[in-house]
Amino acid sequence: MDVSTEKEICLEVRGLNLFYGKDTQALKDIDMYVTKQRVTAFIGPSGCGKSSLLRCFNRMNDLVDGCRVEGQILMDGVDIYNKQVDPARLRRRIGMVFQKPNPFPKSIYENVAYGLRIQGVNKKRVLDEVVEKSLQDAALWDEVKDRLHDSALGLSGGQQQRLVIARTIAIEPEVLLLDEPASALDPISTLKIEELIYELKSRYTIIIVTHNMQQAARVSEFTAFMYLGELIEFGNTDKIFTNPTKKQTEDYITGRYG
Amino acid sequence: MDKSGHSQHISQQYNEELEDVKRSLLEMGGRVEELLAEALAGIREGDSGIAEEVLKNDEPINQMESYIDEECARILARRQPAASDLRLVLAITRVSTDLERIGDEAGKIARQTIELSEAGRAPGGYTEIQHMGTSVRGMLHDALDAFARLDEELALTVARQDKQVDKYYGSAMRVVVSLMMEDPRGLSKMLNIMWALRSLERIGDHARNIAEHVIYLVKGKDVRHVGLKEMAKHVKK
Repeated sequence: MDVSTEKEICLEVRGLNLFYGKDTQALKDIDMYVTKQRVTAFIGPSGCGKSSLLRCFNRMNDLVDGCRVEGQILMDGVDIYNKQVDPARLRRRIGMVFQKPNPFPKSIYENVAYGLRIQGVNKKRVLDEVVEKSLQDAALWDEVKDRLHDSALGLSGGQQQRLVIARTIAIEPEVLLLDEPASALDPISTLKIEELIYELKSRYTIIIVTHNMQQAARVSEFTAFMYLGELIEFGNTDKIFTNPTKKQTEDYITGRYG
Repeated sequence: MDKSGHSQHISQQYNEELEDVKRSLLEMGGRVEELLAEALAGIREGDSGIAEEVLKNDEPINQMESYIDEECARILARRQPAASDLRLVLAITRVSTDLERIGDEAGKIARQTIELSEAGRAPGGYTEIQHMGTSVRGMLHDALDAFARLDEELALTVARQDKQVDKYYGSAMRVVVSLMMEDPRGLSKMLNIMWALRSLERIGDHARNIAEHVIYLVKGKDVRHVGLKEMAKHVKK
């Protein structure tokens, strides 16, 4: 697969198969790379396996009964499915944001401080600093700085999603997994999230699953098109959206009958 | 790209929009071909009547270019085409620009005809005009055909022909210059012939551009600034 590797590889997927139960194979023999400090987008129709693949990166699938993973995902040369890898620690390095904003029913401040508190950090000075910086990085600080102790549930959907991102980056992960982060938001909030993704990629490796192809085209450097559990085409986003190699990719991104 | 055409979208209306703008472009191409044929007939016969017709008929072609441009802008804004659809829309706007310029060049030939009809027949150069005229008409026809059939091989042939036309233009110029030296009194009339030849050479360039847009459309490769060899490599790939 022709992905220029001008940057380092962050994650490497090798011969990955994913089964739900005995009969359902959700991912078939996936090989790909995720490049450091770049945005990689997964696109494809519903049920194609893009979210399943995303969930493999922080072992969210471990929580699903009857789920079985074959193959490897290497991070810094170590298979994240290795017995020695602690999933909780892995998820600290690889944070995830979901489709629906899910702030905790706590104050804005406590939402962002949460990750640090469970790590045992309780110094107010440290927490204040991290909360401010994370909210600033999530482009939310100016909107909430005067009401940090109000409930997070009072924020708009778009603000809640940026709060969740702030909460995720507060513990300084290396990778951000975004599962349809803007699909429940209005167009302006969506653009703010996209702008935020652009800002964040200088420090984080970002993988985004999206149904909105234009969004993938706008925010990502690399695009993977998946269909029926297979990785059909993976390459530079510019190439995929102007001159894809595979007919299936072309049919999907141009809205033809597949 | 898949050559089954641009009619497989889930949105029927999108299919129709793309078909419509493509049809408009080919219709424009047909009109431009006619205009060029008329302009050549005019200068051959020294008929200012035909030339006036040509100038009049250039106007609707300009309007067609504007219409096609508006349609393409609308499709870009509303449909956000991708991949081969995107290349189709881009290629259509580019081809329509070249067609419009060819119309203008035909108009310039008509103007030379009108001047010549007042000053009297030029001492020579008519054979060269007919020869070049036939070549560039063929190129234009093939370029449009290549577009309609998404035929990158034919497009490559057109690009190759342009080289021949350029070469012929050089030798035609030498003929014109020697006629000018032989008969200085016919100089201004020979200038009219020279301008007409110059327009034909430009039309050849525009036909080549159209062929390049066809290769871009089919192969996704911009071949506007590469040599013929490189172009052939992209076509065969």
